[in-house]
Amino acid sequence: MDASDILWTFLSLFFIGLAYFSVITFVAGMLWKLIGYLRTPMPLPHALTPAPKTEGGAILRVLGEVTIFRSLFKADKWLWAGAWVFHIALAAVLFRHLRYFTYPVPGLILYMQNVALFFGCLFGAAILFLFWRRLALPRTLYISNIPDYFVLVLLGLIAGSGLTLNYWLHVDIVDVKGFILGLMTLHPVEVPRYPLFLFHLFLVLILMLYFPFSKLLHAGGVIFSPSRSQPYQIQQRGKRYVNPLER
Amino acid sequence: MAKFDETPIVKDPAVNGVLSAPKLREHASAEVRCHPSKPKDTAAIDLPTERVPDWQERAVAKLGELLEKNKALRVYMDICVRCGACTDKCPFFLGTGDPQNFPVARAELMRKVYRRYFTPAGLFPDLGEAADFDEEMLQKWYTYFYQCSECRRCSVFCPYGIDTAEITIAAREIMASIGVATKYVTEVVAKVYSTGNNLGIPPAGWKDNCEFLESDVKEETGLSVRFPVDEKGAEVLLVPPSADNFANTDTMIGYGKLFHFLGVSWTTSTYCNEAGNFGLFLNFANLKKVNRRILDAARDLGVKTIIWGECGHAWRAGIYTPTLNGPMDDFEPPYPYHISQYIVDMLHKGAFEGHIDKSANDEYLVTYHDPCQSARAGYLIEEPREIIRAVCNRFVEMPDGTIRQKTFCCGAGNGLLTDEIMPIRMAGGKPRAMAVKHTGANYLATVCAICKAQLPESMHYWDVPVKVGGVIDLLARAIKM
Repeated sequence: MDASDILWTFLSLFFIGLAYFSVITFVAGMLWKLIGYLRTPMPLPHALTPAPKTEGGAILRVLGEVTIFRSLFKADKWLWAGAWVFHIALAAVLFRHLRYFTYPVPGLILYMQNVALFFGCLFGAAILFLFWRRLALPRTLYISNIPDYFVLVLLGLIAGSGLTLNYWLHVDIVDVKGFILGLMTLHPVEVPRYPLFLFHLFLVLILMLYFPFSKLLHAGGVIFSPSRSQPYQIQQRGKRYVNPLER
Repeated sequence: MAKFDETPIVKDPAVNGVLSAPKLREHASAEVRCHPSKPKDTAAIDLPTERVPDWQERAVAKLGELLEKNKALRVYMDICVRCGACTDKCPFFLGTGDPQNFPVARAELMRKVYRRYFTPAGLFPDLGEAADFDEEMLQKWYTYFYQCSECRRCSVFCPYGIDTAEITIAAREIMASIGVATKYVTEVVAKVYSTGNNLGIPPAGWKDNCEFLESDVKEETGLSVRFPVDEKGAEVLLVPPSADNFANTDTMIGYGKLFHFLGVSWTTSTYCNEAGNFGLFLNFANLKKVNRRILDAARDLGVKTIIWGECGHAWRAGIYTPTLNGPMDDFEPPYPYHISQYIVDMLHKGAFEGHIDKSANDEYLVTYHDPCQSARAGYLIEEPREIIRAVCNRFVEMPDGTIRQKTFCCGAGNGLLTDEIMPIRMAGGKPRAMAVKHTGANYLATVCAICKAQLPESMHYWDVPVKVGGVIDLLARAIKM
């Protein structure tokens, strides 16, 4: 066993440990936060009017926010375009990543391979735009804190390293997939010996660790926002909005 | 005209009635602050009479309690990404240029404290995300949470629906719990308990004024319109904002003429001649207690229906009534019932058929100002417009981004209608004034007593020659008895 073997063994242990730790933290953290939102009562009706008058209508309203960012569209067209492209590209990229987690790979995911470069570049471009916007507008510059830049830099590096791995370095997917499937089946194997892949993986795991304790909670949190998720309650005989704290 | 220091007021002109975001002027409005509460008032409304010694711990504990009790607050503390969508939407930012009046910056005043005591980010205060609840922070809270009129306009544009009003409400509740509140709000709440209304008018004064209005209307029109007080067994209890009986008497006359025409027996109550609920601007306990009076008065008088008068935040509290104060099933639905909804229902029934002379209002080019609370919290948007169209020939809307759901606050709502912060009121009133100016209207109709008190001053300051009045005032002019 030479020095480099020792290094790779050490790195493997580190990454295997970090991977499990990050995934567990992410899942448990998100569940803890979202269940917290779910269980917290809303003492008074809170729908921002005009609002749908039925539960179904309120669900559609929230869906409108989640899928096409309706309110953001009203607020700022450029920001809407940047944010929407960012999220669509992110969804496409994440979906394509399923090919590293599935065996055999479903046809639809394989098909994504054809448009992967497009979405990968789009993702990177959207991050650059959002970063530029934060710095260029005095209003967003004023409200931006280190964590805002941190997340964008993290995502930018993840996008850059991912694209490089795929289209310049041509990493051997068999090694990568073997490692990931090993983690998933609880039979971890040594990490693939590609420093850039490990860099990419490391940033993703950090992102997952950071996620439930940061503003990234807007994913998930948005559906609990009472100003959108509540229908406007028409008061009728025998039917009223009851304060859950006084039930 | 101005008798005050104008530094916080941005003078940039509007284009087509719409203001764009001004240059940032840091700390521009940092010095404009409400007078602090007086012990005699806070003692009367179950608040500490002075700042409690362990205020920091108490405030943080109160925040923790609210996070457990209020889903909106809990979610809004976490999910803001500081995208900036709200930064050019708040009238108080548009009017002052002070970036602390960005809805996001205002909310961050609380989020920093939240993160400091309730999240891991509190371990890293140097990243700018977390801060102690110290004297400096408390002073910022007191300044900027009383430069927010809880108008909810930011929430319209937020991709997550974050409602700064809810955060302001929580901040004021926390401050009230440690003995920090404003003179104006606490004084008004105390007056409601002692006299029944926000203006502090004793029952005898209220009756006098009603009689005065009766003789006034008799003299002017020859009609024996009655303004009944405390009449048991009346069909309708009208709960107006008390200002309608003193400052906005045309609105009060409007109620009287309306019920006279319809032949409906009605009354006001000296126990509760105020729909306005300043508890909403202070804390939950007082919100509930102030609102309770409406049901107590109605049951005591044995009325069938309660009708809320032209008042914006009263209507917001009004729609909370069955939640705050229990079922209203002993009254005729719909409840709560707004005077504008009532008039529209009567219009649809044909009650005014052949009795409306629209030309009576021809001297007015009317535009309608949506009070923030009735439009964005009370779903009252089409009704006032329908009434105006039914009684006026000449109606014009303000620019699209300034009405209906996107309406601007008058500039003094929710506890800001006090003279010591006049620069903030004029600055916050600027977006509305510019939009009115653009229409060329000479009558600005609205359904809120606070708007009716603020708008004449802000319109005058911004040089917009317009008469401000109620929607029902126009109806009363057009009704042929």
